[in-house]
Amino acid sequence: MSTRPQARPAGPRPPFWRDRAKRALIFQLLLVAAVAAFLIFIIGNTQANLAQRGITTGFGFLNNTAGFGIVQSLIDYSSQSTYGRTFLVGLLNTLLVSALGVLAATIIGFTVGIARLSPNWLIARLASGYIEIFRNIPLLLQIFFWYFAVLRALPSPRDSMSLGEAVFLNVRGLFLPEPLFESGFGLIPLALAVAVVASIALIVWNKRRHEATGRRLPAGWISLALIVGLPLAVLVVTGVPVTWDVPELRGFNFRGGITVIPEFLALWLALSIYTASFIAEIVRSGIQAIPHGQTEAAQALSLPQGLVLRLVVVPQALRVIIPPLTSQYLNLIKNSSLATAIGYPDLVSVFAGTTLNQTGQAIEVIAMTMAVYLTISLLVSMFMNWFNARVALVER
Amino acid sequence: MTHNDKMIEARPAPIRTVGPLAWLRANLFSGPVNTVFTLVGLYLLYVLLTPTIQWAFINADWIGTSRDDCSREGACWVFVNARLTQFIYGLYPRDELWRVNLVFASFAVLIAWLAIPRLPFKRWVAIATLLAFPVFAYVMLYGGHFGLPLVETHRWGGLMLTLILAVVGMVAALPIGILLALGRRSQMPIVKSFCVVFIEFWRGVPLITILFMASVMLPLFLPTGVSVDRLVRALIGITLFQSAYMAEVIRGGLQAIPRGQEEAAAALGMSYWMRMGLIVLPQALKMMIPGIVNTFISLFKDTTLVMIIGLFDLLGIVQAALSDSRWLGFALEGYVFAAFMFWIFCFSMSRYSQYLERKLHTGHQR
Repeated sequence: MSTRPQARPAGPRPPFWRDRAKRALIFQLLLVAAVAAFLIFIIGNTQANLAQRGITTGFGFLNNTAGFGIVQSLIDYSSQSTYGRTFLVGLLNTLLVSALGVLAATIIGFTVGIARLSPNWLIARLASGYIEIFRNIPLLLQIFFWYFAVLRALPSPRDSMSLGEAVFLNVRGLFLPEPLFESGFGLIPLALAVAVVASIALIVWNKRRHEATGRRLPAGWISLALIVGLPLAVLVVTGVPVTWDVPELRGFNFRGGITVIPEFLALWLALSIYTASFIAEIVRSGIQAIPHGQTEAAQALSLPQGLVLRLVVVPQALRVIIPPLTSQYLNLIKNSSLATAIGYPDLVSVFAGTTLNQTGQAIEVIAMTMAVYLTISLLVSMFMNWFNARVALVER
Repeated sequence: MTHNDKMIEARPAPIRTVGPLAWLRANLFSGPVNTVFTLVGLYLLYVLLTPTIQWAFINADWIGTSRDDCSREGACWVFVNARLTQFIYGLYPRDELWRVNLVFASFAVLIAWLAIPRLPFKRWVAIATLLAFPVFAYVMLYGGHFGLPLVETHRWGGLMLTLILAVVGMVAALPIGILLALGRRSQMPIVKSFCVVFIEFWRGVPLITILFMASVMLPLFLPTGVSVDRLVRALIGITLFQSAYMAEVIRGGLQAIPRGQEEAAAALGMSYWMRMGLIVLPQALKMMIPGIVNTFISLFKDTTLVMIIGLFDLLGIVQAALSDSRWLGFALEGYVFAAFMFWIFCFSMSRYSQYLERKLHTGHQR
């Protein structure tokens, strides 16, 4: 930007359209006027259209009875519930598939991304084949593939595939045994909580001691042993107060246990596999962005290979990886809205789909749906920015 | 004592360090862990590839007209063959297909001209592609002028519709994206905050809700009695969505141009639009091309979403063909064909973008 002259040379004042400040003001006023005119035009038209169609605006419809069932719900829901409850069910289903998708995509993505850099030629080629295939095929097509071509082609409940007569997979979905907790089970979460608190205390103490004396314990392993071992020990001592509700074939379908509907499976598989191919590329480029001199310097200090990765390469690579990883997580959450194409009851499917069609409250429904996604985007960005600030190197 | 002033011939390197065997040792069997990985990889390849090749090629049926020509042992490509015209042109009248072909062919020539670095007159070809070609394509495809019969948009479909959605969305989003990116870097507070809100809003919501909005709410926003074609509604949604992503790519390119460039232009007395149009944007656009190609690839894949609001793009028409009672049970063949088509387009574009990145990268190294 050019700086304005300190003193204006003598002479007639330039016309106002030559004055940068006035021009900027006029330009902005014009923009405000244009936006306002556009909004007035739209709002006027909308009111006229709504009046003509006899639609009353407002959020009162959220208290009306929905009158339709939802195939998967994390909270109590029946066709007698309200549209407000429908919204909640859809939101929870969206969050469920997003959270599990983020988890699976991260695991697959990091594995494939590291495999892509393997010195083993075959493994590196397999990983790059995975990336190139799944990155370049539309997600919706992959969802259809898993749903219609794979899960819909599974055998009927009578001939379902089974794993140890406890886990069953058939055209109706995946049937898992459900743990039933008996009295006395409450001790186990308590033991887990105690173990977690003790581990955190141990790690903090170990770090202080390390900085003060240079000696340290293998705190990571001790914490792991605590977190796994303590609940297990309590479990054994209390006499395993858990029974398993194993699904059983009764009539034409399985009863009991946990049912994972095929819509969920298809969406979850497609989202994880598709997003993982992008995450793998991010991980690869993040690791490659670390100059080789860093690894060599760490090796020159005779750090073992594991510590070279843990203390030198990974912390620096994470700085490069986290910003694009965040946008991949956000993409996954937004892409979970494709559920509507196969009928998984997510927010867009049950709220922007069924509810909108039944009530006709297009503006309120779409606005609420968009607000949810905007809020999620904002929250995830804020969390990842905070996390990024924590792992960022403090430069002196 | 005799001296030998000739060098002794170098002995060949040991067989263990050169040749294919050494390559195998170094890359596949360099240690016990690596050997295990290689064997697992080979097993995976065997398990995945053998049935795939058997299904897709060896046991597949290629020639025929109806499902009776398929043995059902492998893939039934007869299904794809019989439907190929529909998959590519949708329900476009069979006698008018030459119009679509002409538009596709001229587009391919223009794009090839722009993509091959050696050809001259890049600027004029780019202007023709952005300004003249859309008019030509509209007249040819829609018709109603110059004695061409009118073809309504609900008969458009297949690969043709996919390409139209992606290209129109892209071409329309580019100028809006440039304006938004410039606005976001502007020093005028109202302009800047307007652009930030606009960009972040469209980037924060899924495309599917934007398409729902375009198809459900747009008719409410317009004066009573005015109706908009369904394809145009989808295009408006896609353009808004794409322009926000485009703005971020362009902003990245603008940030890569050193500030001295603009200051030097200002020192020569250039106005804002001259500085941007003649100095900053031409340099920035060159750096942005890989990013623009990448957003185009994701837009190309995202166009499949229009089938949810009832348009028949390539995936939509394949999905519709699967429910044809004469051809039930060929879902796998249909999806594999559609996936292959999308894959060819996206893969070649991403390779081109990588090539450009390498080329541009060396250009900026000192």
